[in-house]
Amino acid sequence: MITIIDQKQNFIKGIIKENPVFVMLLGMCPTLGVTSSAFNGLGMGVATLFVLLMSNIVVSLVKSQIPSKVRIPAFIIIIASFVTIVEMVLEAFIPFLYEQLGIFIPLIVVNCLILGRAEAFASKHNLYSSIIDALGMGIGFVLALTLLGATREILGNGSLFELKFVSENANTFILFILPPGAFIALAYLAAVFNKFTIKV
Amino acid sequence: MSKKESTFSNMIITLLIITLVSGLSLGFVNDITKGPKAKAKLERKIKALKLVLPEFTNNPVADIELVKSEKAKDSVEMYPAYFDKNWVGTAVVGSTNKGFSGLIKLMIGFKKEGTIKNVVVLEQKETPGLGTKMKDEKFISQYRDKNLESFNIKVKKDGGEIDALTGATITSRAFSEAVQMAYDEFLKSKKLKVESKK
Repeated sequence: MITIIDQKQNFIKGIIKENPVFVMLLGMCPTLGVTSSAFNGLGMGVATLFVLLMSNIVVSLVKSQIPSKVRIPAFIIIIASFVTIVEMVLEAFIPFLYEQLGIFIPLIVVNCLILGRAEAFASKHNLYSSIIDALGMGIGFVLALTLLGATREILGNGSLFELKFVSENANTFILFILPPGAFIALAYLAAVFNKFTIKV
Repeated sequence: MSKKESTFSNMIITLLIITLVSGLSLGFVNDITKGPKAKAKLERKIKALKLVLPEFTNNPVADIELVKSEKAKDSVEMYPAYFDKNWVGTAVVGSTNKGFSGLIKLMIGFKKEGTIKNVVVLEQKETPGLGTKMKDEKFISQYRDKNLESFNIKVKKDGGEIDALTGATITSRAFSEAVQMAYDEFLKSKKLKVESKK
């Protein structure tokens, strides 16, 4: 029987000790691709959180019915279905975000964070633990993407969540908005993050 | 609970059931979102039309004219505007593939005499913070109330009169090109309109 303290640990680990972006370096494609602003990072993070939660729930429910030799294709189909649902719902109800994230929504399918959690956690644990795990990992992912997006937006555009705090003609580090800036910002953030958390 | 064994029939049946359930649920969600999706698209179009056209009383979306152009792959969309049955202007969808990240699609509204009323960006994939500044008032206002007959729409680097966006010359160039293409199509259709009246 898993105690409440264990569940708390289970939840916290996704945010700090096993943070998917800064510690495990999973799901780098959307991490580097869409975080040119804090809002984009947040939107991508929440979309991933939803898919991760749903896929962990379903995988955990059907795990005993799936023969182990076909478990990966089965997981991929489950994940792809939820991603497609997210894509259709976004296009219908939040077209603004849909346009911003573009090609990166279908690419959630191949985000190794989601398949990784399905394979490493949800297929071995019960429903309740899997939900906690998905929430922890997902929130860790959202926080990391938003932080990275905010850093790049502040340095590269002089704004945060589209609110500008420098004058119109100020020179900003345009580099941070461009793809190389994603790598540089991620590396520094990961270094700082690990410096402060690795002892825990 | 023991795992199901990986026998051939077990594997096939499991995958079949999973794909079946997933297919059915996707079809279901598609049915739900189909309406709102089309509505959102139409609303965006009407909003853009209201921004770029002079006041109109007809429904430009219903009066759409599709014109074949040698410059664009698909036919060019034109939305004529009428005020009390008098033609007051046309909105043309201009596009180019020469943006920094490919396709840029604009809607350009022309008044009767060929002056640009306004430009709205429909689709783009430009670099956030650089090329996306083409949506800003500062850049678009350069195109407003200009008639391409007397105004050189090229960016200053190419000998024209448009101030390119800092760090996004390619985007600015593509933007001008799309406007130019729309203007050419507008002239052609205007000629047809005048001739048909005679």
